[in-house]
Amino acid sequence: MKFSQEFEQRFADMLTHYPTKRSALVPTLLYAQDEAGALTDEVIVELAQRLDLTELEVRNVISYYSMLTTKPRGKYNVQVCTNIACMLRGGEELLNHCQKKLGIGHKGTTQDGLFSLEEVECIGACSWAPAVQVNYDFHENLTVDKMDQVLDEYKKKGTM
Amino acid sequence: MPVREGGGSYPGDGVKRMADVNLTVDGKKLTAPAGTLLIEACKSVGIEVPSFCYYPGLSLQGACRMCVVKIEKMPKLQTACTTVVTEGMVVATDNDEVRQARKAMVELLLGNHPLDCPVCDAGGECELQDMTFSYGASESKFMEAKNHREEQQWSPVVYFDRPRCILCYRCVRVCGEGMDVWALGVQNRGVSSIIAPNQDDHLECEECGMCIDICPVGALTSGAYRYKTRPWEMNHVGTVCTHCGDGCKTTLGVRRCDTGMEIVRGDNRDKSGINNDFLCIKGRYAFDFAHSEERIMQPLIRKSGKLMPSTWEEAFELIGKRFAEVRDKDGGLAIGVVGSTRTTNEENYLLSKFARVVLKTNNVDHHRTADFPALAAALHSKPGQTASMRDVLTAPAILLIGNDPTNQHPLLAWQIRTNVRLRRAKLYVINSAPIKLQKQAAGFGLLPAGAEAKAVAFLGGDDSQLDSLVSDGTTREAWTALRDKIRAEQNLVIAFGSELRAQDIQTLVSVSSSLSGAKLICLGDYANSRGAADMGLYPDLLPGYQPVSEGGRFQQDWGALPAEKGLSLPEMVDAAKAGKLKALYVVGSNPIGRLGIDPFTFSKSLVVVQDMFLTETATIADVVLPAANSYEKSGTFTNTCGDLQLVKKAGEVTGTKPDFEMIVRIADAMGFDVRSLVPFGGGTHADMGQTRGAQSGEADRHAVWLEAHNLEPKMTPFDPMAILDEIQRVVAGYDVSRTNLLAGADQHIEIAHCGVGASHKPELIVPANDDLFSSGTLGRYSHTLNSVYENKPAESEIAAD
Repeated sequence: MKFSQEFEQRFADMLTHYPTKRSALVPTLLYAQDEAGALTDEVIVELAQRLDLTELEVRNVISYYSMLTTKPRGKYNVQVCTNIACMLRGGEELLNHCQKKLGIGHKGTTQDGLFSLEEVECIGACSWAPAVQVNYDFHENLTVDKMDQVLDEYKKKGTM
Repeated sequence: MPVREGGGSYPGDGVKRMADVNLTVDGKKLTAPAGTLLIEACKSVGIEVPSFCYYPGLSLQGACRMCVVKIEKMPKLQTACTTVVTEGMVVATDNDEVRQARKAMVELLLGNHPLDCPVCDAGGECELQDMTFSYGASESKFMEAKNHREEQQWSPVVYFDRPRCILCYRCVRVCGEGMDVWALGVQNRGVSSIIAPNQDDHLECEECGMCIDICPVGALTSGAYRYKTRPWEMNHVGTVCTHCGDGCKTTLGVRRCDTGMEIVRGDNRDKSGINNDFLCIKGRYAFDFAHSEERIMQPLIRKSGKLMPSTWEEAFELIGKRFAEVRDKDGGLAIGVVGSTRTTNEENYLLSKFARVVLKTNNVDHHRTADFPALAAALHSKPGQTASMRDVLTAPAILLIGNDPTNQHPLLAWQIRTNVRLRRAKLYVINSAPIKLQKQAAGFGLLPAGAEAKAVAFLGGDDSQLDSLVSDGTTREAWTALRDKIRAEQNLVIAFGSELRAQDIQTLVSVSSSLSGAKLICLGDYANSRGAADMGLYPDLLPGYQPVSEGGRFQQDWGALPAEKGLSLPEMVDAAKAGKLKALYVVGSNPIGRLGIDPFTFSKSLVVVQDMFLTETATIADVVLPAANSYEKSGTFTNTCGDLQLVKKAGEVTGTKPDFEMIVRIADAMGFDVRSLVPFGGGTHADMGQTRGAQSGEADRHAVWLEAHNLEPKMTPFDPMAILDEIQRVVAGYDVSRTNLLAGADQHIEIAHCGVGASHKPELIVPANDDLFSSGTLGRYSHTLNSVYENKPAESEIAAD
């Protein structure tokens, strides 16, 4: 399994942050997922070996965190917050709208592999509710119309 | 952990400890060493704080919230399993608030726990059941439907019933921390959490079953026991495992069946014995050979070339007549005796005596797997230099030379791991191959194959050996550094495998004598390998490693003895080939199957075999006597360290007899006065009750009571306790406390007081080479062990061949 130079640098740096190797697992998983698209069996074997863990332990941690996935997601992962502040300001309508527009449900991925959709708990953007996170970017104070614009922009970007 | 009520000082144990802490629990004042967990401090004064996830010796989990207590000046209820005692702490463990909280926890657990107690294996010994009775969460506020999942088979011995799981994570921790296998994990989060095996839908592990016994409910159940019986329908007998040489206590659950008493379960949940709650797959499941379809249930006599069923009387008469004929015509030299490593000390002693006194021969041997006579010779008159299995758990440092305890001595491996984990003992491993225990090692020396003896000489300061020790894994400098570290250790326990024999053991003893407080463990392979050696199943040694040339007290006790050294097993084979061995008496051993002897060797000899099965050796016999195994008789075993333990009768199979009785009856059939063989009668002065009147059954009832308590009245020549009397009297080192022994405690034998031992040829030792899932001839008849092999992935199947 080969990772990018950038990953290797980050990984090496990460190991120096903790007293034991295994502590570096969660950030390493996130970096590996960003790079490989998903935490495939191959990635799990590699990281387990690097951190002196069993594959089972690595899988256990992945299953604990909803941010980590073993199945590839769409190019843009649309994460709609329906936690209390967003819900009061229309988060659920946004989620329903996205489901209809993209034709997929929670944790689904569009046929073209461009979008996947997720209903998530608080993303810490309550002051600008309702908020949606696409990969690592935030979109705030959304309405159904604004949501359309956001999705269209990504579609344009993704099919260019 | 020593805790005492009302303060006071501790007897000086040489360990510097922090100041004790005073606290009050439920109005009781108590004192505990700083660092004690509140739950343990409470337990020490008899206050039970309930818990599911807390388990002594494993890491703290704080998951179940059952152990919550009220501590003054703390705002919320606290978990007693994670709280350390502090000075002036005032604790309430049983007030309304606490009871309410515990009731709520039970209610939550019962929210999804199925109410299938009437069919659940754990019913009657389930911790959740007990808690429900204690805290009475019989009504529930939960309206949700229970989430059912089908049970899953994870391995031949492990089944998982997911809805019953209460997520205490004991199984995950004992598998990882205790066994260092890490085959169980927790998948998902919160209410969706489930215990998961390492291979998606099944387990790849050591199949020890620790997870099953530690499970507080019936979520993990045993393939051998499930749905067979209920705990209250069994008798529970604590005896010693019959497989490897470590001497684990195993509590056998037995139940009446068509052919006697059937063993249905093995565990050590009562934590008795040197193994605490540890057992490997063999101790926990491989008792099933006792009920194998292939067991011989009646004596067989060869008639016109075929082994035909016969009666005991006919068999004993025939054997007695023929043995006496051979002895009287050709002399004792024409008879060979092969003893067992799985019969009791009493049987081995009796066989040793029978051979010398009745058959008039010193041609006695057994399947040797370690050089105990060399150890006896090296330690002669040097007391205090052997370690018990308990010492391994507390020693500050351990050196392991050769062997692979994970596979061959699972309890030793457990003791080492536990000591390293909980007491930070230093482990040093010297081996010619990487072994699993090196993960725990503070130092590892990788040797070229067969260089163990050179490593010992090097440890003793012989630098000329250094070049022959260097391998890809360990450089010259690393060896020197390793030696420096080992030599600096105090109270080192040195365990060595059968790689070291004869002169090497002498060298090792001189090395260990030069270290302060060092003690030795010689690793032999079978359950009573040590006992067979101690009881003199050698052509040149009597019991207690007394050379036959110096009969000493045996001459007084036993009468005239042959003084010439007899034939070893290979020499018996040669004699048989030359037509000089007219009779061979094999007790509980399979030399043809295990030692690769040509079965036609003995075609001209009279061969008598006592065994459970038609082994390769029994197949060529003229008379086969169906024997009981060690789970079906009483006596004692000595483990490989020299720890003497009581063996108790648990199971029973109609049609078989203990080897003890068979030896006595053969002697009787030869016209020998069995009174001079077994000193029965006369030893008991107990009031055996009245023989008339209202209490006329008293004598019988006394006998029943005595038998039930293993205090046999020694009124028949078949009573092994009568021979134990003699062993304790004449075998050096065995004069340990009989009371402690009968009470079930292990007693360490001092080998230094024994005879001078002997120096044997190293090639007479043939290691068993068993692994976790094999057990010599015995293992072949265990359905469980075989099914584990069949379920292993293809590559290890090849390795097993």
